[in-house]
Amino acid sequence: MQISEAWLRSYVNPAISTEELVEQLTMAGLEVDSVEPAAAKFSGVVIGEVLSMQQHPDADRLRVCQVAVGEAEPLQIVCGASNVRVGLKIPAALIGAVLPGDFKIKKSTLRGEESFGMLCSEKELGLASDANGLMELASDAPVGVDIRDYLSLNDTIIEVDLTPNRADCLCVEGLAREVAVLNKTEWLTTQVEIAPISHQDVLAVSVEATEACPRYLGRLIKGVNAQAVTPHWMQERLRRSGLRSLGPLVDVTNYVLLELGQPLHVFDAEKLSGNITVRWAKTDECVTLLNNQVIKLDNEALVIADDKKALALAGIMGGSDSAVNDETQSVFLECAFFAPQAIAGKARRYGLHTDSSHRFERGVDATLQTRAIERATQLLINVAGGGAGPITELTTRAALTERKVVFLRRQRIEKTLGIALADEHVVDIFQRLGMSVQTQMDGWQIIPPGFRFDIAIEADLIEEIARIYGYNNLPNNSLLMRSELSPATEAMLDIDRVKDLLVDRGYQEAITYSFVDEDIQKTIAPETEVIRLKNPISTEMAVMRTTLWCGLLKAALYNTNRQQNRVRLFESGLRFTIEDDGIHQQKMLAGLVLGAAYTEQWGEKARKVDFFDCKADIEAIFVLTGCQVKFSSAQQSALHPGQTAEILSPHGERIGWIGMLHPNLEKKLGFDSQVFLFELDQNLLLNKHIPVFNPLSKYPSVRRDLALIVKEDISASELINCIKGSAEPNLQDVIVFDIFRGKGIEEDSKSVALSLIMQDDTQTLTDTEVDAIVSRLLTLLTNEKNAKLRD
Amino acid sequence: MSAILEEILAQALQELATVNDLNQLDKVRVHFLGKKGLFTLQMKELGSLDPEQRRFAGQIINQAKDQFQQQLEACKARLENIALTARLASERIDVTLPGRGQSVAGLHPVTTTLRRISRIFGSVGFKVVEGPEIEDDYHNFEALNIPSSHPARAMHDTFYFDAHTVLRTHTSPVQIRVMESEKPPLKVIAPGRVYRCDSDITHTPMFHQVEGFLVDTDVSFADLKGVVYEFLRAFFEKDIQVRFRPSYFPFTEPSAEVDIECVMCNGEGCRVCSQTGWLEVMGCGMIHPEVFNAVNIDSEHYSGFAFGMGVERLAMLRYGINDLRLFFENDLKFLEQFN
Repeated sequence: MQISEAWLRSYVNPAISTEELVEQLTMAGLEVDSVEPAAAKFSGVVIGEVLSMQQHPDADRLRVCQVAVGEAEPLQIVCGASNVRVGLKIPAALIGAVLPGDFKIKKSTLRGEESFGMLCSEKELGLASDANGLMELASDAPVGVDIRDYLSLNDTIIEVDLTPNRADCLCVEGLAREVAVLNKTEWLTTQVEIAPISHQDVLAVSVEATEACPRYLGRLIKGVNAQAVTPHWMQERLRRSGLRSLGPLVDVTNYVLLELGQPLHVFDAEKLSGNITVRWAKTDECVTLLNNQVIKLDNEALVIADDKKALALAGIMGGSDSAVNDETQSVFLECAFFAPQAIAGKARRYGLHTDSSHRFERGVDATLQTRAIERATQLLINVAGGGAGPITELTTRAALTERKVVFLRRQRIEKTLGIALADEHVVDIFQRLGMSVQTQMDGWQIIPPGFRFDIAIEADLIEEIARIYGYNNLPNNSLLMRSELSPATEAMLDIDRVKDLLVDRGYQEAITYSFVDEDIQKTIAPETEVIRLKNPISTEMAVMRTTLWCGLLKAALYNTNRQQNRVRLFESGLRFTIEDDGIHQQKMLAGLVLGAAYTEQWGEKARKVDFFDCKADIEAIFVLTGCQVKFSSAQQSALHPGQTAEILSPHGERIGWIGMLHPNLEKKLGFDSQVFLFELDQNLLLNKHIPVFNPLSKYPSVRRDLALIVKEDISASELINCIKGSAEPNLQDVIVFDIFRGKGIEEDSKSVALSLIMQDDTQTLTDTEVDAIVSRLLTLLTNEKNAKLRD
Repeated sequence: MSAILEEILAQALQELATVNDLNQLDKVRVHFLGKKGLFTLQMKELGSLDPEQRRFAGQIINQAKDQFQQQLEACKARLENIALTARLASERIDVTLPGRGQSVAGLHPVTTTLRRISRIFGSVGFKVVEGPEIEDDYHNFEALNIPSSHPARAMHDTFYFDAHTVLRTHTSPVQIRVMESEKPPLKVIAPGRVYRCDSDITHTPMFHQVEGFLVDTDVSFADLKGVVYEFLRAFFEKDIQVRFRPSYFPFTEPSAEVDIECVMCNGEGCRVCSQTGWLEVMGCGMIHPEVFNAVNIDSEHYSGFAFGMGVERLAMLRYGINDLRLFFENDLKFLEQFN
């Protein structure tokens, strides 16, 4: 809501500067968004009158004018505007004037004719972005008076960003009332004169939807001149509130809306058939709105109808079929109270948002209608002439929700705000806010005024006290709160520790959108059902990701397209899948690596990152949790069939995946190097093994190395598991230290070099004992894995 | 001293003088002092002398031997010193060359900011709770006193899956979820992603919020003000000016917006604060009785406050980031600035 400061000050004018006024409003919860001058800076422009005019001897399009500017002698001014004529009153910039854009007016000679100033258009004064000739002033404009004073241009436009609870301040009167409260001063209400009744014609009105429309007022005004010009002051006040002049009939209703906060509507009375009915729309009934939008209604839409059809969407927008225009001679003026719940959300359903719906859905004072219709009548007749008929009023008292009494307990003030206030202070605040206050033993019975829809419970009253007392005058308590020791859960590793580990291993954390392009999603996880947004912002953000890889791959491409040839990213966040039992939101940790294993550095041969670099990073995470996971060869549609492992917990649950992006996808997505990916379920990942102490052996350990020849399809982990499963009590560890293929090894076999670490807790192992262990293990490996000792 | 001994000593000292490395020195040592060395042989010959002569002759040999040994040690020390100097010179490296190995990266600035917020509140016992991002209408709106026709719904630009399922528009539903399952006293912060159907230079359709709330007996607006003040001062590590403005949220009453003195211009007025000198950083208020009703907490007995803040906004102010959209492009050149 934006408003002219001068207009506001015509109601209440405390001795404070604009800055102070703005600060006051903001700090009272009526946040001022902007403060702009009503007109650009200029000076030296007065009202002039063209006394005479002659064709310029040397220029077809120029006229030489004698212009009265309130001085003894008229000035000669050369003018090229097409609308210049004798008797016209115009803004005249005198010599020495400075127009917007620092344009200085000097005496000049135009094709031999002297010119002592300039006649101005609205554009030249910065009042409009466009102009068609000179600005034409009213014929009674006083010659010689500074145009800034005449047009009240030394004004500011204050834009207030009102919260939905303060509909009462969506008008000048409302803001004036608030300013008066804040400054402990009085304000003047708009003087409304009752227009004389000049004819007895009425339109019959019936209200069917009485709950939705508890009050409906209407009257016929006949003989109006729709072509009359809206007075300049009214146009200016509308303009400063951001409203364009749309002819006197509409301007008046807009003006009253801004002045009193009551939306009104004018119908062209000659376009109405029969009587007016306020009713719910019929299913599939249509109405063409003022903006030419045709909407199909249903029985939740409240309409104003005549005998034939729906005319307007009640409280939201009028219809084009019954709209006023230049030819209109009689109008039916409507001024109603629509219940907030009947309007709320309806405009939004049709993609509409109007000044009227904005106010009705937040709440209009239900006692305002008589005053508002009289005020609109008065202005309409003053501006466009015509005569008023009697007012038809239909009020359903039972449907008008009376302002409820709200009780405020004295002790609740201190309990909520942390400060006790003197009773007089409390009563004074409420009375200034227009509330009716009745003091009782332990508090106050308060009836809020009709315009305060937001005061319904005790807490609302406490907020009013806080607001007027000033939030910043309320005390600050330092933190003295009940405290408890918080448990330090050890069986769950903090994800922050894992993130730090990845960061320390060169992974940069990314945050990507949770919604992704369906095509990319389908490419990466074709078999997974997706959850679609009903109203996505774009096709690139249309479905919820079922894997974090979607975003990471996109982020990696973003970087490889920008000359980054080494990318290491990770992300922590939810993935969204749909199962038979509904939506699953799983917290995942995913990573991506591509390019060189290390940043380019001297002294080391550059090499590409591979599966095992990536695997080492994941193994490092499981060192943190102490969890013995299994990497088992598996298939995943996004990954290379020969370089994919699923990561299994000791209980066999799948914690996640690691693997190389499938070469087909690598190509399809536009990568020019191998990409390695992992994704882990955080719930399973973070289970931490709480360590149990093992006594240290005082005796030395013994190491024996074995080179085994096995078939290619025997994995290293199978050999290790076989050895570890042997139940040899003195076997401490098994390490793979080499894999060899080639000379001396059969085509489909490989040599796996293992190191066995053995130790006894009670003695030093003898060679004989060690040999016996190794021999037992060899037999086992031969029997189970067909392994042979390499000679 | 016998002529032979003098000759041996002279020969020994002469050989020492020609030695120029430790290997040669060792050979000279062995030649004169080894098992078959010349001095050793002299000692062995003592056995053939009678005891009286043996003692005298022994002393003489020992004197010559000592003399040689001293020279030998001196020579050794000199040669070791030369060898060390040579080694040090040969092992000299360019210490300005960069170190090798894996590089270290960093956290996303949003995470860093969230961690700082969590740490500050964690230090006074707030626990961190997370909630679902696909949320039902009840927890996101209804229970927070925002019925379907409420004008405040328009302020939320909600992403829908169906009529009752949305992407949460704020982290406030976590407040409801916690109060449904736990009884006061409660001290919780709820960080996380939130979504609004809005995308332009100052809005991204996804961003992060931290919701915080405290419920106990006798919690007042003064406690809220105290917590917010102390948090902002701790976060910006500065005795920053803070002001509270009345505002409106359906789930709090009284409600306030919190402004801090602009950290870009120290309150002088600049482009970032639209010349006002103030920056809006969070919304807060006393939990609305209707919200307590929805979760069956007696608002006569308990009271509480809640606050919510945008994490990207705080990160932007803290680190001087001027474009919100950078947060989700994941350009390494951006991310690496916060390592």
